[in-house]
Amino acid sequence: MTHRLLGPLLVLPALATIVCLFVVPLAASVVGAFDLAGAPSLANFDKAFALYGRDIVFTVAIVALSTALIGGLSVAIGGYLTLGEHPLAVAALRWLYRWPLFVPFIVVGQVARTFLAKNGLMNNILVSVGLLSPLDTVGFLDWRGIVVAFVWKQTPFVALLVAGAMASLDRATIEAARNLGASRPRILLEIVVPQVAPTLLVGLILSFVTMMSVLSVPLMINAETPTMITADIAFRINAYGDYGVANALGVISLALTGTVAWIYLRQAVRERA
Amino acid sequence: MADVLAARPSAGRRTLPLPDLWWLPRAAILGLLAFAIFGPLVNLVLWAVAERWYYPHMLPIDYGFSFWAKVFAPRGNAVESLATSLGIAVATVAASLALAVPAGYALARLALPLRSLILVAFLIPQAFPNLPVYVNIARLFYEIGLNGTVLGVVMVHVVHGLVYAVWIATAAFAAVDRELEEAARSIGAGALTTFRDVTLPLAAPGLMASAIFVFLESLDEFTGTYFVGAPDVTTLPLLLYTAGAGGNYQVASITALLLLVPSIGFMLVVERFLRADVLARVGR
Repeated sequence: MTHRLLGPLLVLPALATIVCLFVVPLAASVVGAFDLAGAPSLANFDKAFALYGRDIVFTVAIVALSTALIGGLSVAIGGYLTLGEHPLAVAALRWLYRWPLFVPFIVVGQVARTFLAKNGLMNNILVSVGLLSPLDTVGFLDWRGIVVAFVWKQTPFVALLVAGAMASLDRATIEAARNLGASRPRILLEIVVPQVAPTLLVGLILSFVTMMSVLSVPLMINAETPTMITADIAFRINAYGDYGVANALGVISLALTGTVAWIYLRQAVRERA
Repeated sequence: MADVLAARPSAGRRTLPLPDLWWLPRAAILGLLAFAIFGPLVNLVLWAVAERWYYPHMLPIDYGFSFWAKVFAPRGNAVESLATSLGIAVATVAASLALAVPAGYALARLALPLRSLILVAFLIPQAFPNLPVYVNIARLFYEIGLNGTVLGVVMVHVVHGLVYAVWIATAAFAAVDRELEEAARSIGAGALTTFRDVTLPLAAPGLMASAIFVFLESLDEFTGTYFVGAPDVTTLPLLLYTAGAGGNYQVASITALLLLVPSIGFMLVVERFLRADVLARVGR
């Protein structure tokens, strides 16, 4: 009897922590979104869409574009690490691509803000090597800055997962295709990528969710309109103490990530069927 | 079949003209990548040691450490933030491991109903955007007097870190050879002695990796601290945010550098702690 209870007993404290400090507040945010002065209502959503409709579209566009770029770059990096034939270049890439892996978002935000500004180091270098005239410089501290920051930070994570999955593939099919004369890009896209697609999808979905919850990067790079939902949530709380609209925006971001997760789950189920 | 394949290496690439020139695009792309990765990092280091830097100068005009002296002055708030951050991170690691070691052991070794469901439950904080959660935790904590306290911030960081802690601990315990435990039991060691003298030391590298991971996650955490801790609890990320928002790029960059060094360091050594046999078991 005691032996059978030992397992659940050992897991219980950790599980209770997740429930009390994550699941309960998560439920509170959903309940709070549909609550106006104690009565059930959709008013918070009306207000959220009226005030921040553009920001919602902006957020989806930025995160979708970043996810697509991260996916493309990860496949390219993983593909070269797997199929590359120049040992030195492969080793250099392997050493190079991982650096931003654990750099915190807040640091990425600060770095991007100084590097990508109109008079930041990037433009200064381009001007001084003659690729750009001083009059043509533009700052990137808008949606482009956010995308660059997201891609810079998240690509190593997805590439690490994808490269790992590619490395554990059976080399026989790759070698066979190569001997039949298939080019390496074709091998990558038609043989390697389909086999690592589940890993790639998991990495991209985790990145999607992460980017949907980052507050520091939009606050630091582009806090004007249009901005990301996370910045709006913080603004609603700090400026108005308006939990209703903040929670409605939270539920909208939950719904967006939920949709992505659902698409993935449906695909996973279909593949197993 | 295999011999035939091996005898014809790279037959498909014979038609490429001037293969000797392929180093050019290769070097150009690698150089571009190096610029994209190290350019921003070098930029950060330059800002941290720049005394004066303004347009149209490509590089700082004067270099020096006067801002470092200001940041690290006994009355400067960086020292205090650093101490707060380290204290919170250490407490978070201690609490996470206290929760994750028993849970990981149970998930790896003991009979557990709904085991895979429990493992997935620990993934919840990663699967939903956590900003709405932090907002509501802050509201809850405000009512019970935990807002603006170190304890409140530690609790938020523990939830965030518990995913990694539990999953890595489970994998680390699962990678321990069962026969070694059985050998200890068969020569008379009790269950607790076996765990303490055999299982725990063998799982230690994996647990160490999960501890470092949780430590870094706590050190770098911004959003939860912003809602639950600010303005009473100032960690390094909050100090960095405030300094950057005030246009003080030197102080912001020095703070960012303090956060960057352990992150890069961990990236470089992570494989030593997380061996492949443990990594392969994460999530199983």
